[in-house]
Amino acid sequence: MQRTTDILRLATIGSVDDGKSTLIGRLLVDTRQLFDDQLDAVVNASERRGVGDLDLSFVTDGLRAEREQGITIDVAYRYASTPQRKFIIADCPGHVQYTRNMATGASTADLALVVVDVAHGLKEQTRRHLCIAALLGVRGLVVAVNKMDAVHWSPAAFQSVVDEVETVAGELGFDAITCVPTSALLGDNVVDASDHTPWYSGPTVLAALESSDAGAWTNSTNGPRLPIQWVLRQPGGGRTYAGMVNGDTLHEGDVVTLLPAGIETTITALNTLHNGPDVQAGAGLSIDVALADETDAGRGDLLACAPLPRVTREITATVCWFGERPLTTGSRLRLKHTTRVTPARIVGLDGVVDVATLTVEDGDELRTNDIGLVQLQTADPLVVDDYRDNRVTGSFVLIDEVTNATVAAGMVGRAAFL
Amino acid sequence: MTLTPLRPQTTTDHLSLLESHAVYILREVAAECERPVLLFSGGKDSAVLLHLAVKAFAPGRLPFPVMHVDTGQNFPEVLAFRDQTVARLGARLVIASVQEAIDRGRVADPGPHGARNRLQTVALLDAIVEHGFDAAFGGARRDEDKARAKERILSFRDAFGQWDPRQQRPELWQLYQGRVNAGEHLRAFPLSDWTELDIWQYIARENVALPPIYFAHERDVVRRDAMWLAVNEFIQPRPGEHVERRLVRYRTVGDATCTGAVESDAVTLEAIVHEVATANVSERGATRADDRFSETAMEDRKREGYF
Repeated sequence: MQRTTDILRLATIGSVDDGKSTLIGRLLVDTRQLFDDQLDAVVNASERRGVGDLDLSFVTDGLRAEREQGITIDVAYRYASTPQRKFIIADCPGHVQYTRNMATGASTADLALVVVDVAHGLKEQTRRHLCIAALLGVRGLVVAVNKMDAVHWSPAAFQSVVDEVETVAGELGFDAITCVPTSALLGDNVVDASDHTPWYSGPTVLAALESSDAGAWTNSTNGPRLPIQWVLRQPGGGRTYAGMVNGDTLHEGDVVTLLPAGIETTITALNTLHNGPDVQAGAGLSIDVALADETDAGRGDLLACAPLPRVTREITATVCWFGERPLTTGSRLRLKHTTRVTPARIVGLDGVVDVATLTVEDGDELRTNDIGLVQLQTADPLVVDDYRDNRVTGSFVLIDEVTNATVAAGMVGRAAFL
Repeated sequence: MTLTPLRPQTTTDHLSLLESHAVYILREVAAECERPVLLFSGGKDSAVLLHLAVKAFAPGRLPFPVMHVDTGQNFPEVLAFRDQTVARLGARLVIASVQEAIDRGRVADPGPHGARNRLQTVALLDAIVEHGFDAAFGGARRDEDKARAKERILSFRDAFGQWDPRQQRPELWQLYQGRVNAGEHLRAFPLSDWTELDIWQYIARENVALPPIYFAHERDVVRRDAMWLAVNEFIQPRPGEHVERRLVRYRTVGDATCTGAVESDAVTLEAIVHEVATANVSERGATRADDRFSETAMEDRKREGYF
């Protein structure tokens, strides 16, 4: 009865009006993921807003303002299952002022579904999104070269976008790229292969998503890590330490170091939610473990196998700034890293990224939606890996001390392309 | 630098990943917030949520109370299930009563047969203020509705309990941060990424207890608004409607005045999983009159502070 499937998380990327929401609508309609009443509701809404028989973007643009303005404001999450896998789709907004929402969607994605209007090529906003996706650790791209009907299915027009995408994607270090000529509006090469592109022998968008193995780097070249979330008191006085495994598989019997204290001990028992006592647990599983030695381990501490992460109060990081006021040297914020929250201060701004050229320019502030390189000091020691090695122990958010809003996404270290 | 391109999930099934993610969220919010509460209606989603919460903190007791927003128009089987479940777990139950809100004059009485669904918002927000809760776990899923599809896992509510879909906080990676100022609160949705089918597959895998009305049974019903409504103290046949005895089950459980049954012969979890996997109509579309008022009924209710 129960089919076991894996999950692919993907985010849409692209500029406003290139057709991201329409593509997702098409994908969901043509794979029959929509219920009859949901499709009826889209048809009715399309009619009432005078946008034709079926505006596919209404499948994901569910807010009143989005439908009135014909834009995507915030991420919509949709779900699809095929016999191959379960998809969690984050349909992200294209407008520059909603970049924080795009980053929200892309931060958990394994793959980016990029939509490019073939007639316009790569716009600056698409480059910005690709840059952010690369920073966030997305490695695989499926690129829908869209609105092919508007250029009469010209293979030359398709190839020119492919060349452009491959140049940029190469610089950014994406390593799995599939470009597909599509018309999301008409349904060509989205789920069903098109009759208009006899010169194209590659997969449809759906086939590319189903076969993609270009996940984000959830595994690390460093060892397994377990940030402690909660201490569970066991009957009889013992304790186990609960958290979600990341980096690599953790085993019963593993020698681990409790950080930042630096105490070496051994995992004597490991419990998964489904099996109870188990011998191992992979990344993404919530577990609890017992340790051989008495320690004062608690929330905010981290158990790690060698090679160990660094313990530090000073971090060099790449940040995407979403705050309304500029970030400058001296800015004070709170920082959340794994399960620890600590006061932090910006002590240096090493540069601002020009997303068009991927160069780092001098600057003395980061404005809303800027990407920059910063030096941070924290009140408490953090246990970090470089983001490129571990997406969990290498990431943090910055929090406004007054409003408590999340105002930045931070990645420890500097991306290879910067 | 050698990165391993990988799908770590290849050895881990999707239910275990969804379960682990939900438990992670429960533990984060319980650790970061001062006074969380878990919203428990007795429906399938909140039954799964409570099951996950118990797992997250076992062998300890739940580190927060559970709250039922009681419209006063419940299916008796669901109330019985609520009380049995709370007693079995030794959990503390807080009841936010719509009837009390009506009696105190906080909301207008919609009359003996009026829907009280929307009035739940007032009772819920009043209870959050009264008890000083700063986080409320809910069983809402993003696949239920197009407005819910837009919501963060940790959803910020201002001092008036309102949701502003244009000003949601960025939510990066799994760095859920739940700090709020006094008077504000969070809604936390650990089941955000679960679909109806995931819920049923998980219920079958874990044998999660449910109220019996989720399974096919014979019941007196009337046809109204293209739904089968149970005849009971809240729903009486109107002129022209006739009572029929049908084999039905509930796909969702809400206020008894606006929750419809579906025809079904599914008496086992396996049969329900099969039925859900092949359904043509969404669960809310099939069973909820309250979502049919307008194109953005759910968004409008959510902005006011609904679940």
